[in-house]
Amino acid sequence: MKMTKKANQLTETKRTTIAAYLFISPFFILFAIFGLFPMIFSFYLSFFRWDGLDPMTFNGLNNFRFIFSDPIFYSSIKNTFIIGLLGTLPQIIVSILIAFALNSALIRFRNTFRTLIFLPYITSIVAVAIIFGLVFNNQPFGFANYILSFFDAGPIRWSAEYWPVKFAIATMVFWRWVGYNTIIFLAGMQSISKELYEAAKIDGATIGQQLRLITLPMLKPIVMFVVFTSTIGSLQLFTEPLIFLGRGLREEGITVVAYLWRDAFVYNTFGTASAAAIVLFVIIITLTAINLALSNLIGRSKRKVS
Amino acid sequence: MSTKEVGEGKFSVKKFFVYFVLVGGALVSLFPFYYMFVMATRLNREINSVPPPFTPGTHLVENFQKVTENIDFFGAMGNSLYVATTVTLGTLFLCSLAGYAFAKLPFKGKKVFFVMILVTMMVPPQLGLIPQYYIITALGWLNDFKAIIVPGLINAFGIFWMRQYIAEGVPYEIVEAAKIDGCSNFRIYWNVVVPMILPAFATLGIIVFMHVWNDFLWPLVVLRDPAVHTLQVALRALNDARQMDYGMIMSGTFWATVPLIFVFLMFNRLFIQSLSEGAVK
Repeated sequence: MKMTKKANQLTETKRTTIAAYLFISPFFILFAIFGLFPMIFSFYLSFFRWDGLDPMTFNGLNNFRFIFSDPIFYSSIKNTFIIGLLGTLPQIIVSILIAFALNSALIRFRNTFRTLIFLPYITSIVAVAIIFGLVFNNQPFGFANYILSFFDAGPIRWSAEYWPVKFAIATMVFWRWVGYNTIIFLAGMQSISKELYEAAKIDGATIGQQLRLITLPMLKPIVMFVVFTSTIGSLQLFTEPLIFLGRGLREEGITVVAYLWRDAFVYNTFGTASAAAIVLFVIIITLTAINLALSNLIGRSKRKVS
Repeated sequence: MSTKEVGEGKFSVKKFFVYFVLVGGALVSLFPFYYMFVMATRLNREINSVPPPFTPGTHLVENFQKVTENIDFFGAMGNSLYVATTVTLGTLFLCSLAGYAFAKLPFKGKKVFFVMILVTMMVPPQLGLIPQYYIITALGWLNDFKAIIVPGLINAFGIFWMRQYIAEGVPYEIVEAAKIDGCSNFRIYWNVVVPMILPAFATLGIIVFMHVWNDFLWPLVVLRDPAVHTLQVALRALNDARQMDYGMIMSGTFWATVPLIFVFLMFNRLFIQSLSEGAVK
């Protein structure tokens, strides 16, 4: 009797283990096929010549040689960073300000404001790029050029000139993401104790001081998180330049992902596209490592203080 | 009461600042929507004039008719709806199943597997784009919705999210009681856990649905045939037409955006709450 009970328990744990493995296996199987294998295969492909149809032929380091001697590739890296910076840095500052305003005790219609400010995030990037494509139209009837005409400036050829292209695309990034990050910052701010602000008010601190001395330091982990996700996100910019610039993807606005997409799916040179993907991978890994090191550093110094 | 009055007088600068930021932010948020609507109701000729129109015109229906002449708008919307719904349902099922295993079932290597899932969240999806395309062609899934649906079921964030929810929201005692009653692990999941985590389904479901609905790069790569275009890919085709008719393009964009705004306003609070929870966790 005892024996069978023990045996039953054994099969019970065994059954549970098997069930657990079964339950988590779909993720790992799918990820192996559509995530891990493609990543490894990217490295392999970057050493081959392949047009998408014919058999691949070994190409040594020529794909890398090709992209590193292509000025447009350098432009794409530079553009990605410039647009990323232009779109992200002001966005983080503005979203902290809006979150701070939303978190203020005095306001009415808090939910309405929150909803309105969040609304751009649910719009698809394609729609955003199409709308802003008309706002930043090259002709005098485009909204931006029309406004400029009041100041006797322009019309600017937004989709063709070096800085205007970047400004226009960065504006699209800014507009779509500022509300999202506001919500993230707001959630962080709401977890900060109200008593801190009360105490500061009693001591006569101005809002500027409250923001600088209470909100920002307490918000540091969230700021790190947002900086991290925005950096990685802006390295993947693709839709905005493609829609705004069209298939031609002018050198002034092409990004790394757009570059590799065009190599693969317009020029049918999948080898150089893979090489570009590898370079992007290295850039992302490096930035992630820097980011982690920085947040560790900040975390440690904070612990020392406390 | 008196303290409030003192506070109001003292912080009027603050109040001004707060409303200035919020009203400004709301206007900046709304303007492009309004602009899109105005242009969707205007003829190309009106849009191309200086000064451009800033008030709605009368050609909303006419512009949309032009859209349907150029692209199969409702077909594309149907495709988007089908793909987004399938991925959402599949993701909810697989993520909650895995989340249940991680939250309630004891098994060897649990921690390692969970960390592995978290690590996959750090990898940007574009890196494997070309080999993924290769796999899809090898499987014969080009121009097939399976190309979107099957890889779309990979959702590390969803598993993480479900694990957190089930760990907190489903008491051990209930699982144990069901086990003593002789329920299999799947029966426990299906009959006990699932009914208890419906709110989590709603929140994760909205996030996933919106992601799939708005996704562009991957559908652009694998759905070449206009008959299988999703809304985003179809919009791009509309925008790429040789003859730029802005009224028509804006009309297509407008009608593609409206359903999502509708869904969003319906689930607004749930949605914002879940996004911020996901980030703060």
